[in-house]
Amino acid sequence: MTFGEGGTAASFVLLAIFSIVIAARAYTPEYAFHAYLFAAASVAAVFAIVNRYFERAADPAPAVIDGKPNYNMGPVKFATVMAVFWGIAGFAVGLWIALELAFPALNLDVSFLSFGRLRPLHTSAVIFAFGGNVLIATSMYVVQRTCRARMVGDIAPWFVVLGYNFFIVIAGTGYLLGITQSKEYAEPEWYADLWLTIVWVVYLLIFLGTILRRTEPHIYVANWFYLAFILTIAVLHLGNNAAVPVSAFSPKSYVVWSGVQDAMVQWWYGHNAVGFFLTAGFLGIMYYFIPKRAERPIYSYRLSIIHFWALIFLYIWAGPHHLHYTALPDWTQTLGMTFSIMLWMPSWGGMINGIMTLSGAWDKLRTDPVLRMMVMSVAFYGMSTFEGPVMSIKAVNSLSHYTDWTIGHVHSGALGWVGFVSFGAIYCLVPWLWNKPLYSLRLVGWHFWIATIGIVIYITSMWVAGILQGLMWRAYTNLGFLEYSFIETVEAMHPFYVIRAIGGLFFLLGALIMAFNLWRTVYPSEQIAPVAAMTPAE
Amino acid sequence: MSITATLWRKHWILERNSLLLLLGILIVIAIGGLVEVVPLFYLKSTIETAPGMRPYTPLELAGRNIYVREGCYLCHSQMIRALRDEVERYGHYSLAAESQYDHPFQWGSKRNGPDLARVGGKYSDDWHRDHLKDPRSVVPASIMPAYPWLFDTELDYGHIAEDMKTQALLGVPYSEEMIGNALADVRSQATNDAPDAPALLKRYPKAQARSFAGNPGHVTEADALIAYLQMLGTLVDFKLYDDKANIR
Repeated sequence: MTFGEGGTAASFVLLAIFSIVIAARAYTPEYAFHAYLFAAASVAAVFAIVNRYFERAADPAPAVIDGKPNYNMGPVKFATVMAVFWGIAGFAVGLWIALELAFPALNLDVSFLSFGRLRPLHTSAVIFAFGGNVLIATSMYVVQRTCRARMVGDIAPWFVVLGYNFFIVIAGTGYLLGITQSKEYAEPEWYADLWLTIVWVVYLLIFLGTILRRTEPHIYVANWFYLAFILTIAVLHLGNNAAVPVSAFSPKSYVVWSGVQDAMVQWWYGHNAVGFFLTAGFLGIMYYFIPKRAERPIYSYRLSIIHFWALIFLYIWAGPHHLHYTALPDWTQTLGMTFSIMLWMPSWGGMINGIMTLSGAWDKLRTDPVLRMMVMSVAFYGMSTFEGPVMSIKAVNSLSHYTDWTIGHVHSGALGWVGFVSFGAIYCLVPWLWNKPLYSLRLVGWHFWIATIGIVIYITSMWVAGILQGLMWRAYTNLGFLEYSFIETVEAMHPFYVIRAIGGLFFLLGALIMAFNLWRTVYPSEQIAPVAAMTPAE
Repeated sequence: MSITATLWRKHWILERNSLLLLLGILIVIAIGGLVEVVPLFYLKSTIETAPGMRPYTPLELAGRNIYVREGCYLCHSQMIRALRDEVERYGHYSLAAESQYDHPFQWGSKRNGPDLARVGGKYSDDWHRDHLKDPRSVVPASIMPAYPWLFDTELDYGHIAEDMKTQALLGVPYSEEMIGNALADVRSQATNDAPDAPALLKRYPKAQARSFAGNPGHVTEADALIAYLQMLGTLVDFKLYDDKANIR
């Protein structure tokens, strides 16, 4: 047994014992349940390591075979499959809570189905479970390919993908059971955060180690973005989740920041979860998969340098635009607004670099729906990174804040940009990883159109809802009284909530089509006869 | 080679050295956060105090934890912006001082329901009970979920003193006396005409003590949550507050 195998197995034995002790003395049954999950996962990990030891060849996997890198694609495959699974789960929960807002009876008076518990489940499932697995899968794929080197680590890559998905399970079941620290997009409690920190540091080390092992002189631009994403998320995670647990036996912790400082730290984190998780990381995807699919080089190398440094420098300032007209000092709000507006430029720099990469290959948009999907994603990126700066202007924000306009904006970025570029990357990755042709390009076309229509329905309904509600809140009668009670503004939302749910349903249907398509790609069925052999209608 | 071309080639240093690239990224992303966050710990306007502010009573704190647990903050803000319509609808704009003991803050980001920063005292306990059990019984168009389980679940407050100790560690001024009396304070605050209520009031001025959920003899989660809701925004005395003192 290698040192790595022995050490990891021993650590998991200790973690299992520790978890059982915690479970036995836990303050709440929910926390005990989580401790037992940790114990069970640790035991499973020990078995997996021992089992693997007996199954594997005596020598470690070679880094190079016949002069070619021996890429490690097992963990990439796993993360890709998990991405599709969590994506569909996350979209489905999103549809459910959209319906809850339209038809509140759907909360069913059951604690774990109420909106307040399901909403974090939806956001975490789509951002961290779906998006996170896409990022881990693509980054591990891209870094190996562009460095022409096998990923470093023997068990470590598996630890990252499995450990990350275990974090998702802890986070998600925690929300349903009411374990949350209420920091948006950072709801998991202290022990889940600690676990994620360990996983994330190993992820950073693997990524960096693979770059250090590269046989190419230059680090490819996609890897700059991935590196910025991994590093910054680590910094944000540590800063925003600095908390003191009530006890090792309690799931509850109190974050060290309070009030206005906590608000600022939260939105420093929150907006940069958008900036680095949902933007920088996915720009890494764009910089590899679009040129690869279009078979064209990146449009401009210099633009990529400028927009990379400008983007990561400016993004970090943008957080205060979530706190306009609050108790946060004016100067901080103004700084946040100013930098948010400036951020428009590097964002569009990235959009231009992505779209113009198709120069000389525009015809492929007609024939390749996968490429069309990715280009559409960059177009949505351009649209929502224009809308964002507009909404960060204080006067606009005074209307849009607290309304569904924000929800619409988030979804044009999340469904349009993050979703579509992820789908595009997955449609590329699955055939490459399993070495089988994609089952059906026509189904990709269907996915593209159904999802696009769904997004348009979603964001237009939320524009109308948000602007309407914002205007109703501030409407005055000619006698100088507020014109509408709050509940009247809620009633006015109903039709738009129904329309929004229909948009979400379309998006979910598209993803189900994708899952079917990918299933058929990996497991081609021989029973499916070619089109010509279909029996004619009688 | 022109000067600009030479400059572009300088970027090769970062492209060829991963650790320098890593360091470069770290420096670039550190600046904005430091400039915006660090001063907030020193500026008068963000560390202001306001007359009447006090830490939560143990029952209110337990109620706040239920508010967090159920994700109330996802639909209700607790931050009245300094805008005319908001001040007229909800009351005085929220002060930094009013959330100074909030670990974490509950300002929220979305109003599917109204702001709750000053909801305390606006409705009766009866209204809150009906509303939490079945929101549409009192507000027919409400889209809020019902929370019937809060009324059936006894409040688990056995460890509340530990919560207060943790908060004290983080700077919330909970005294030894407050922590020592935590369990008794929970019970007396949730009881009608409790004999220890005067002592509770001395420790926590303006604290309201009664059976909030209308089930005397029991301290349910609903008692804690309603106690929390009924105190929201009631602490600061705006007759004494000088809004020019810490111009923000």
